[in-house]
Amino acid sequence: MASPFLSRLTLQLQQLQAGRRLVVAVPLLWLGIFFGVPFLIIARISLSEVIIGLPPYSDILAWSSQAMLTIRLNFGNFLLLFNDSLYFSAFTNSLRVSTIATLICLIIGYPIALGIARSRESLRVPLLMLIILPFWTSFLIRIYAWIGILKGNGLINNLLLWLGVIDTPLQLLHTDFALLLGIVYGYLPFMVLPLYATLSRMDHTLLEAAADLGCKPTAAFWRVTVPLSMPGIIAGSLLVFVPAVGEFVIPDLLGGPDSLMIGKVLWTEFFSNRDWPVATAVAVTLLALLVVPVMLFEHYREKGQAL
Amino acid sequence: MAGPRAVLEAWQDPSAAPLVEIRNVTKTFGNFYAVDDLSLTIYPKEFFSLLGASGCGKTTLLRMLAGFERPDSGRLLIGGEEVTHLPPYQRPVNMMFQSYALFPHLSVADNIAFGLRQEGLPRQEINQRVAEMLELVRLSDYAKRKPDQLSGGQRQRVALARSLAKHPKLLLLDEPLGALDRKLREHTQFELVNIQERLGITFIMVTHDQEEAMTMSTRMAVMNEGRIRQLGTPGEIYEHPNNRFVAGFIGAVNQFEGRVIAQNEKQLQIHCEITDSNLVVHCEHEITLGTPIAIAIRPEKITISTVASETIEKSENQLTGCVEEIAYLGDVSIYHVRVAPELLVEAQLTNSARRHTAPLTWGDQAWLRWKAEDGIALLE
Repeated sequence: MASPFLSRLTLQLQQLQAGRRLVVAVPLLWLGIFFGVPFLIIARISLSEVIIGLPPYSDILAWSSQAMLTIRLNFGNFLLLFNDSLYFSAFTNSLRVSTIATLICLIIGYPIALGIARSRESLRVPLLMLIILPFWTSFLIRIYAWIGILKGNGLINNLLLWLGVIDTPLQLLHTDFALLLGIVYGYLPFMVLPLYATLSRMDHTLLEAAADLGCKPTAAFWRVTVPLSMPGIIAGSLLVFVPAVGEFVIPDLLGGPDSLMIGKVLWTEFFSNRDWPVATAVAVTLLALLVVPVMLFEHYREKGQAL
Repeated sequence: MAGPRAVLEAWQDPSAAPLVEIRNVTKTFGNFYAVDDLSLTIYPKEFFSLLGASGCGKTTLLRMLAGFERPDSGRLLIGGEEVTHLPPYQRPVNMMFQSYALFPHLSVADNIAFGLRQEGLPRQEINQRVAEMLELVRLSDYAKRKPDQLSGGQRQRVALARSLAKHPKLLLLDEPLGALDRKLREHTQFELVNIQERLGITFIMVTHDQEEAMTMSTRMAVMNEGRIRQLGTPGEIYEHPNNRFVAGFIGAVNQFEGRVIAQNEKQLQIHCEITDSNLVVHCEHEITLGTPIAIAIRPEKITISTVASETIEKSENQLTGCVEEIAYLGDVSIYHVRVAPELLVEAQLTNSARRHTAPLTWGDQAWLRWKAEDGIALLE
């Protein structure tokens, strides 16, 4: 039979496992309360019908006359999303804008991150501070500031007029250009920080080894630096792409009437049309379109690494 | 030094063409002279070691040969061509890094093929060369593994294979065995020498481990403060160190400081202050009387006994003292004998018989003897 020592050991092991479970339980609980439950509420609304009343949707659960609980699921909201071209084009436009913005962030952010990672140790923290500094100001105020810069009699137009480059103000605000500018400006730090994290951890002797084996600096960059910073590229791109798809403030303030984005459609459905079921259906679809591919991607990436 | 050789070594042959020429190279970092006006010539097929403590400039010198550092002044020639200002990727040189610097995202085979792909060799040839290299370092079964799935010894062999894959004229090795444990290191020393002899590639190795340098090299340079203090074969450097630094750095040594009081024929008589005794040492050169000089004597060349010798020859030294410490190392025992209040002398005794009762123990009075020709007179 088990000796007292062994039983004490197993008890300690159990306690250790209990401790581990607790550590995992806290974030899981958090996620459950603040993401899982709200999501179920949203999903439930998305399957209801719109009514005039408070709240402005029908309950999917109802007691019928024979004291029977009936569930009425209305998939009409989802069908609408696929049938009405407005939603489809808003989705595709959001994906298009976010993809372009992510690529621009990557092209601008990579050299910045590389520059910081390769700079002197004493310079790195101040430079990183400069990247994070805009966060000290409210996001909304920073986007409003762009209106002042881009508008008809704003900074850029006035400067160009004064220089005599143009004689009528350019339409900068409320264009796709302004929209992309806003997204790139707002999300660039989210690209730079994870890139910096992977690039600063990279062993510099690997580049020396590449040079030693005949690589010019550009070849070494493509064959060593880029592949090794892939985790940072992926993390940064996700951090920019995912929130950009659902972005509402920037397209509303800087975007034009043509730059329809799904976040703005959702807002309109919810607040202007008071059509909560359709609005929530948009939200659920958006989540499915964004989260599921990301999760699958992560899953296979981890599998690939384990090989 | 040691009689005529049957074959002239490359460095003794005036007609031999050098592979590496380092001419008056200086490299500073701020006010620190890492390499100070250093000149050195290395010949094809040598296994050359740069030996020194950390900070002596040996790694900087190696990195200048690889092209990672540019000399402040002086020239570097490889195979007769000036490479002083060539970037690393244009030099006919490869380096094996101390940390191995294997690409973590590439498999063993891809790591080895890295340089070959950069050269744009046809795929067939690359595959063949990679297979050869894998066989050379006995890792054929590990071609598809990633570096983090290998042991330290295996990683070391991948690094070697990768640096040899391009068939460089010259291979630079930065502490190649530093990260291996003792047993593996000894085994790998011979393997490296074998590979070097088989491929006929010139190796220049940086190491702080004198045993490693002695075992592996054809010639070695002992460095200190950015300069070469002595250049020679391991035997020459061990038996004929030409200054106090080298004598003290390579192996264990006892040094007696003194002044020359007499010279007859090839023997110097020296008065040693600290032991207040006269010692004799063999010396080829003529030295003025009164010159400060040191006698260096290796522990294994001192005989130790419990009785004084009745008949001391003119060419022998004898000192006496109390045994203070005994270190039993298995094959040998080391005795520390206090011959003067401030001087401990180390003597070594080979334990040639198995059941041998130690003739000496702690506190015994011991007599140390050595011949004048076994001591080394050091002026510098």
